[in-house]
Amino acid sequence: MADNAEILSGLAEIVEEVAGIDTAEVSAEKSFVDDLDIDSLSMVEIAVQAEDKFGVKIPDDQLAELKTVGDAVDYIAKNQ
Amino acid sequence: MTSASTSPHASDIVVTGLGATTPLGGDVASTWEAMLAGRTGVRSIDDDQHEWVRRHDLPVRIASPLAVSPTEVLPRVQARRLDRCEQVALVAAKEAWEHAGLGEPGSVVEPERLAVVMGTGIGGAVTLLDQDDLLEGPGLRKVSPLTVPMLMPNGPAAWVGIEYRAMGGVHAPVSACASGAEACITGITVAGFVQARTLSQRNDDPERASRPFDVQRDGFVLGEGAGVIVLERAEHAAARGAQVHGRLAGYGITSDAYHITGPDPSGNGQIRAVRKAVADAGLAPTDVDHVNCHATSTVAGDVGEAKAVQVALGDHPVLTAPKSALGHMVGAAGAVESIITLLSIRDGIIPATLNLDELDPGVELDVVAGEPRKADIAAAVCNSFGFGGHNVAVAFTKI
Repeated sequence: MADNAEILSGLAEIVEEVAGIDTAEVSAEKSFVDDLDIDSLSMVEIAVQAEDKFGVKIPDDQLAELKTVGDAVDYIAKNQ
Repeated sequence: MTSASTSPHASDIVVTGLGATTPLGGDVASTWEAMLAGRTGVRSIDDDQHEWVRRHDLPVRIASPLAVSPTEVLPRVQARRLDRCEQVALVAAKEAWEHAGLGEPGSVVEPERLAVVMGTGIGGAVTLLDQDDLLEGPGLRKVSPLTVPMLMPNGPAAWVGIEYRAMGGVHAPVSACASGAEACITGITVAGFVQARTLSQRNDDPERASRPFDVQRDGFVLGEGAGVIVLERAEHAAARGAQVHGRLAGYGITSDAYHITGPDPSGNGQIRAVRKAVADAGLAPTDVDHVNCHATSTVAGDVGEAKAVQVALGDHPVLTAPKSALGHMVGAAGAVESIITLLSIRDGIIPATLNLDELDPGVELDVVAGEPRKADIAAAVCNSFGFGGHNVAVAFTKI
């Protein structure tokens, strides 16, 4: 079980891999779409990689609710 | 009406930018230098990177892969969203855009007046295979959300349009070997061309495998690459002070309605394409000094093309066959060879057809062999023919 700091850093690595955004930019308050300019196609890739990395399921209706990096960290922490 | 070697009229279409990535080099200059030096891009692909050659025991173990991988040039994140044929399209487009001095996209050309026309012969074949493997193996969730944009034939044109803010339309006219971008050296395409009996099997002597017009030719060599040409009205180029590299004077498009892979032995479609291009350019057949041939090194194709050119233009044009050095880049061949034609006109030199040791007796025209030949070229035609019986001839003239 990863703690929130570990989840954030793991998620940042995925975002860096998929979208080329520096891990330092990927902080909890950032919006995936508005701040990090990540499109819907890349969000699907990020979700699949996050599922594998943290052993969670992120259904599409949940994915749509994960507006910020912090939302994703909280969801993963609760569901892993 | 235009004629060769006159100043351009305002409405003429001129060439202001060239870009390419080919088996001979990662840009136009290195490709041209290698071609004039008589180097070939054809090599053995019996190696780890092409492990499928051995796994399927393919009878063809040669190809002409890119000299510079597009993944070495493009930013990593951009490259991972693209099929290889889209990657090469962007590499060539970037060079052409910069060569034309078009600056920041949207700054020099109004986006609504900028269009992209770029096709591909095979398209995202590698993506289709890779993603199908993922679907069959780990399953749906591993299939990339970019699968469709990576394999769609208008992908290269679309990505170039996005990159350079082209809002006047992005078109992908798929015309087999007369298109723009291609990167399809993979098991199934090689196997398919093998089964159609079109590829050279001169595996023991790759450098001498592509030999258009030679009596010993035994098929073409599969290549990959991309070519992009920036076209604009002469008045537009003049107004922005752009350097002009040649004029796109005319074109001819015909189809054979004969056979899906083989050329019509009468040459009717090829003859009509060349004649239409010359007439469209306002030229007489005698004005055309040079023909950059499609000649792929197949037994059926090369002699037929030479005969067609002779019927359409006469005995005087000097021919060359760039596929002897580049291999057959399929969808990229027409664009890259148009660039070679323009450079021949601009620099007054025709590259040699490699490996032409003994001219097929069916060819009655002068084919440049051995060394490049200096020539003052006022007008030249570039031929591209494709599976499906497509015939395209483009006439370029000197500025």
